[in-house]
Amino acid sequence: MARLTIEHVSKLFGAFRALDDVSIEVEDGEFVAILGASGCGKTTLLRQIAGFDKLDAGRICIGNMAVSTIERHIPPEKRRIGIVFQSYALWPHMTVAENVAYGLTVAGVKDPARLRRVEAALALVELEGFAERRPAALSGGQRQRVALARCLVTEPALVLLDEPLANLDVHLRAAMEDEFARFHARTGTTMIYITHDQAEAMALADRIAVMDKGRLLQVATPSRLYREPADATVAGFIGEGMVLPVDVHAVYGDGTCATDLYGHRVRMRCTPAQKTTSTARACLRAGDLRIVGPSAPGVRARVDRAVYQGGFFRLETHVEAHPGALLHLTAPEPFTLAPQTALQLQVTDGWVIPAPVEG
Amino acid sequence: MTEAGGGRERVEDLALLWGLVGVVAILSVLPLARLLLEGIAPNGQFSTAAFTRVLASPSTWTATRHSLVTAVGGTIVAVTIGAVVATLVALTDIRARSAFVFCFVLPLMIAPQVVALAWLQLFGPSSTLLKMIGLAPAMGSPNPLYSAEGIIALLGVQYAPLVFLTLRAGLRTLPQELVEAGLAAGASPFTILRTIVAPLMTPPLVAGIALCFVSCLGNFGIPAFLGIPGNYLVLPTLIYQRLAGLGPSVLSEVAVLSMVIGAIAVLGIYVQDLMLKRRDFRITSASNPMRPFELARWRLPVEIALWTLTIVVLMLPLVALLLTSLVPALGVPLTANTATLANYDYVLFEHAGAKRAFVNSFGLSATAAVVIVLIAVPLAYFLVWRRSRLLRVLNLTAEMPYALPGVVLAIAAILVFLKPLPLLGISLYNTVWIILFCYIARFLVLGLRPVLSGYYQLDRTLEEAAQITGALLLRRLRTIILPLVAPVAMAGALLIFLTAFNELTVSALLWSSGAETLGVIVFSFQQGGDSTYAAALAMLTVAVTIALMVSTLFIRGKLAQGVLPWRG
Repeated sequence: MARLTIEHVSKLFGAFRALDDVSIEVEDGEFVAILGASGCGKTTLLRQIAGFDKLDAGRICIGNMAVSTIERHIPPEKRRIGIVFQSYALWPHMTVAENVAYGLTVAGVKDPARLRRVEAALALVELEGFAERRPAALSGGQRQRVALARCLVTEPALVLLDEPLANLDVHLRAAMEDEFARFHARTGTTMIYITHDQAEAMALADRIAVMDKGRLLQVATPSRLYREPADATVAGFIGEGMVLPVDVHAVYGDGTCATDLYGHRVRMRCTPAQKTTSTARACLRAGDLRIVGPSAPGVRARVDRAVYQGGFFRLETHVEAHPGALLHLTAPEPFTLAPQTALQLQVTDGWVIPAPVEG
Repeated sequence: MTEAGGGRERVEDLALLWGLVGVVAILSVLPLARLLLEGIAPNGQFSTAAFTRVLASPSTWTATRHSLVTAVGGTIVAVTIGAVVATLVALTDIRARSAFVFCFVLPLMIAPQVVALAWLQLFGPSSTLLKMIGLAPAMGSPNPLYSAEGIIALLGVQYAPLVFLTLRAGLRTLPQELVEAGLAAGASPFTILRTIVAPLMTPPLVAGIALCFVSCLGNFGIPAFLGIPGNYLVLPTLIYQRLAGLGPSVLSEVAVLSMVIGAIAVLGIYVQDLMLKRRDFRITSASNPMRPFELARWRLPVEIALWTLTIVVLMLPLVALLLTSLVPALGVPLTANTATLANYDYVLFEHAGAKRAFVNSFGLSATAAVVIVLIAVPLAYFLVWRRSRLLRVLNLTAEMPYALPGVVLAIAAILVFLKPLPLLGISLYNTVWIILFCYIARFLVLGLRPVLSGYYQLDRTLEEAAQITGALLLRRLRTIILPLVAPVAMAGALLIFLTAFNELTVSALLWSSGAETLGVIVFSFQQGGDSTYAAALAMLTVAVTIALMVSTLFIRGKLAQGVLPWRG
């Protein structure tokens, strides 16, 4: 039983609301990423779940046990969770085996069993030959794996990962991402993964919770988050969405609607509850824009600059009639366009961001 | 089940925290409160009789005046030397900096009474060294050091390193950019020193001055060796004489006297506090060290001047002390024929008091060091990672017995322990235990500061990682934190050991037969005219001190800058 339920949790530091009415339900065995820029409250939330800090409002339950409420605070020692710290927090005065064995010793596991479990944990992260090394003698990726083994050897009901890849080289990250994914598949442990890197979150998580300024903006599967952002902040943050004003003329029963974008008629996706309105906003992706002939229907834009990104260009343009409206798209190599060249852009898809629920 | 489970951590946490609060309260609040009580209400009844009697006595005011004169004079000498040397060492490109710092700071680690003894052997008609080179004054002429000027000079020499350390720590934090901006504006190094460095260094300089003043004020060894023979009494020596001459019957009076000196010290500390704003400059680490000024053709002359100073201040007196320890009797010239190790033989193997003193001083210093580390490691845990108002007060409280002059604590301890302990019926007075109590109380902060700096360098997630596996506080302290702060704790323990090993102020007031310390024995040898024995014993303590200081140069692991003053 390792559901994690976070209900209306708030945390204040003086007058600053580090967490503002956050609620998330994490199913047993689920892999949830908490995504946000630094200072968004994701680390505060992790420390709440771990029990390092007390909350100011709300309730956190692990399994059926309320671990944090206003009245009661179960200390971290008693929560049966595991954490992989950003700094790994390996104890430098202990060997790899001693680091991994520590939690078992604390739990009173005696030696043949303890030794066996340490070996199994090290085998799981493919560090069999490293038991007697000191952390200082390991590479970054190996330290990461020791931290993982140490965290999992006690079979915690819930594992928290605090930006575990932030300190690794880019080429190591991909390998470790695979490792986490396999790991989660093999152990079936509930995992909460804190990160500021959306590619990492998308690659790993069953669901992603997007946070900003202490508030939870949206919890959804990666694809839903990308295709159907719940608000303009999520739309702009995830996949660099372009948020543009549209008129919604008509709403159809199949979850689409007819819109007008700078005079260009586009059929977009929307929620079934979407109403016709002239003040809606839509989220477009770079891939939703296509360069068409000058006489085809579309939005007329002018190129500001073309940035070469290896194999393709990223074109940054503005709408000719509305210089403040910026559009970007990719164009394959070879491509030559002088700045200020006019382009006709056809919009093939889009998502009408649902109006905020008044309350 | 969860309620009970959640309870155990809290019980362990609270028990440890309140245990530490209790320990610190007993070590510092209890004695000082008892002292205040004695001043206001001796024997439990409100009375100003003792106060009036002491304040009406002319000897009180003479001693106070002497104390102020020597403390201010000593501070001026120390600040002059310390500031010049700190500026040269911190800001210029002199060579062999570490070796110089080690030698320059050494007098601070050598007991004041040994420094006094060494200088006495350097001057005066019976100086073995002066005799060897035929410069000794005529027999019967007074030793020029037996004077206020002598006390001032030696206090200055003893505490110049204190000013040096405070100021150098400040100079280390001086941002390089500020100096470079001045250079870019076309200012010469001297203009920069005057207009940029000096104003910025005002807080550490004032802090150093205050620290130096309080140390001079509380010093017992130097005025005891140089002042008592000429009847030039300062407050600590006046207290000592009263208590040694008349015994505990004058406790109320010496309590008032120690409150007078305490009041002067508090004033000094208050000024320091005001300037420091609770910052300890000795353990701040430099973020961006300054590139030293090039002395160019002045480098060699400056280096020669600095080393000459060190040789005059440190080497010459120690050589004089060594020579005196090798002659059979004071006044006998040292030649190949007269040189003898008999003095060493006597103090090491024959004199019962000296033999006991070795055991006592080693035991007291080692015990105090171990006990203080055991208090400091958990105490620093709470101070650094569980901040609260209670803990801030606790930190200040722990500093008091060290900040106040040693005689204040000693008198306070006598008041607390003169009568048998309640319930137990055992009296600690006239035993080594009262000295141990004072050492622990007084030197707690010497162990606490390095350990605090160790915690500040520690990544807290190391502890949280252990917490998350279910390890309770005591286990985390033992298996995770203690090993990680071990290098700084070791450094702190050594600092405590060295300081306690060379201590005299407290033990001069608290010793009893069987509970002598090395400082007390050196003092009584000298007072009884046995300068050669005193010199031999003093040389032995210097040897132990230097050996231990050198050994710390090999401590592995990262120590924050300034944890051990002599480690450059």
